[in-house]
Amino acid sequence: MTDIANAPKKKLGLKERYALMTRGLDWETTYQPMEEVFPYATYEGIKIHDWDKWEDPFRLTMDAYWKYQAEKEQKLYAIMDAFAQNNGHLGLTDARYLNSLKLFLTGVSPLEYMAHRGFAHVGRQLPGVGARVACQMQSLDELRHAQTQIHSMSNYNKLYDGFHSWRHMHDRVWYLSVPKSFFDDAITAGPFEYMIAIGFSFEYVLTNLLFVPFISGAAYNGDMGAMAFGFSAQSDESRHMTLGLEAIKFMLEQDPDNLPIVQHWIDKWFWRGYRVLTLVAMMLDYMLPKKVMSWKEAWEIYAEENGGALFQDLARYGIRPPLGWQQACDDKEHLSHQAWSTFYQYQAAAPFHTWVPSEEDMAWEAEKYPDSFDKYYRPRFEAWAQMEADGNRFNNGTLPMLCQVCQIPMLFTEPGDPTRICYRESEYKGETYHTCSDGCKNIFDHEQEKYIQAWLPVHQIYQGNCFGPDADPTAPDFNPLLEVIKWYRMNVGVDNRPYEGSEDQTNFQAWKQQTTSNAPAAG
Amino acid sequence: MAVKALKEYVFEPADTQAKLGGAQLTYIGWIDHLMFCAPFAFPFPPDMPFGALLEAVLPGSFGQHPDFAKIDWSTVEWTKGGQPFHPDPSKSLADNGMRHKDSLTFRTPGLTGFEGMSS
Repeated sequence: MTDIANAPKKKLGLKERYALMTRGLDWETTYQPMEEVFPYATYEGIKIHDWDKWEDPFRLTMDAYWKYQAEKEQKLYAIMDAFAQNNGHLGLTDARYLNSLKLFLTGVSPLEYMAHRGFAHVGRQLPGVGARVACQMQSLDELRHAQTQIHSMSNYNKLYDGFHSWRHMHDRVWYLSVPKSFFDDAITAGPFEYMIAIGFSFEYVLTNLLFVPFISGAAYNGDMGAMAFGFSAQSDESRHMTLGLEAIKFMLEQDPDNLPIVQHWIDKWFWRGYRVLTLVAMMLDYMLPKKVMSWKEAWEIYAEENGGALFQDLARYGIRPPLGWQQACDDKEHLSHQAWSTFYQYQAAAPFHTWVPSEEDMAWEAEKYPDSFDKYYRPRFEAWAQMEADGNRFNNGTLPMLCQVCQIPMLFTEPGDPTRICYRESEYKGETYHTCSDGCKNIFDHEQEKYIQAWLPVHQIYQGNCFGPDADPTAPDFNPLLEVIKWYRMNVGVDNRPYEGSEDQTNFQAWKQQTTSNAPAAG
Repeated sequence: MAVKALKEYVFEPADTQAKLGGAQLTYIGWIDHLMFCAPFAFPFPPDMPFGALLEAVLPGSFGQHPDFAKIDWSTVEWTKGGQPFHPDPSKSLADNGMRHKDSLTFRTPGLTGFEGMSS
């Protein structure tokens, strides 16, 4: 009889596998000094004494990773195919819903790809193998998320306007410089700052405010495709949150000198991320035909409750809530209304449709925002509705002043006074720079040399850098703004027009009618 | 503060006056009229008279608001960089002390937007 207790096991346990297939893969280099192999490891000032103290609660190894991801992909693509083959788009609540997808595709999906690049870079540069492998997995996740989003939304591109040139637009269009500059800022930082910027501040503190609204919005409005990629990403996201939290705890436990550096990064990246979420606030409150919750409610659950508990937990390391936290909480009454007002008036320069909220929608806004909507924003929307009725829709034809840091038009109001624009100003080497808030001014003043390089769309247009090769600025009928829109590759008068009377609206109605009657197709 | 970097980190600003062909950027916001979501940005020649700004520029940018036609320009209160500013319409922007990337606001007493709610 064999001695069962002493026989070698055929299969390794999770812990042993992780030790052998992750931690066991590392070695100290001898042909080259370690500081040349990892040149970015120390210049940010973060001190790490023992990488073996890095904890990975998931203990996922690469072989298991591939297996899980392949299973998720199979399920996802089956749903996406079924949705497309069954004309799932006709089950949407209304074609207005598609505009939130256009916003997502142009503004968020390219960031998934940048996150892939960022984590690949950080995964190469961090000297600890546990962190390196976790970053490698996240890098692959982000690439998968970018791809699944593009695949899911490409179905709509066959049928609806504004989905065609999202990648080209991401590098050029005025409002897309907001998410683009956010991520460019992060990947040009060092590896530790990137981990706090994206791994912690975005993935842990703010991600629920981005994904829950979009994916719930998809579910509420009949978009099985977007819902499916959201669910497929969900288990990845929980791993990302764990990585972000481990990164910050590890830095804080390794050396007390790391605390002020990490705190500054939290202050900076909370505010940078919060400013990007302006787009989500407006999507939730104005762009979903069937609304999920208000921005204010989402902020209260995901930021004030969840985030509040997180920062209580981090207080034992000496971390306090980010600067700007209170202002963000106060601004929840105003953010979405101010943002939608902006897109409404600059309709001609955005590849999705806008509209004045209906009477029913305004009643919803008033109920959700009893302290702000009727008082400050209803008069504006009612005046615009009247102007539309008079055949004089308000189209703002003058370019706005932008914030040097977040690059959003200076639309935000002073804390405590929603009737006054908030202006902040800095001087650096004899030049003046304008910011929209204390948060953005602090960021600018801390690293002026970085932000003086900002590619501000309005200033670039005025420098003549945003026209196509066939534009002729010397021609007598030269229309600079029209030439910029063409350079954006917007289908002029189609992608960038009001929703009322758009192709999306008329086609959707006609196609939908065909499913329930024998009426001939319109057009 | 300095940017932490591996090498020397010095760059030219992206928006100098020279890069705008000598034009100076000027930002103008109309207080109590948030129908215009943000202040405007303009590239102006420094030798342009301030009066041309009032007559040739502002009507095209702010004229869609019903309050605009009611403005009594003799009562308008200007600020520059947040400080009171008393421009002379006959003088150029430069001679009025305006520099590249100055930010102006104007308030129109008695005119405070739709239903008086600053929109």
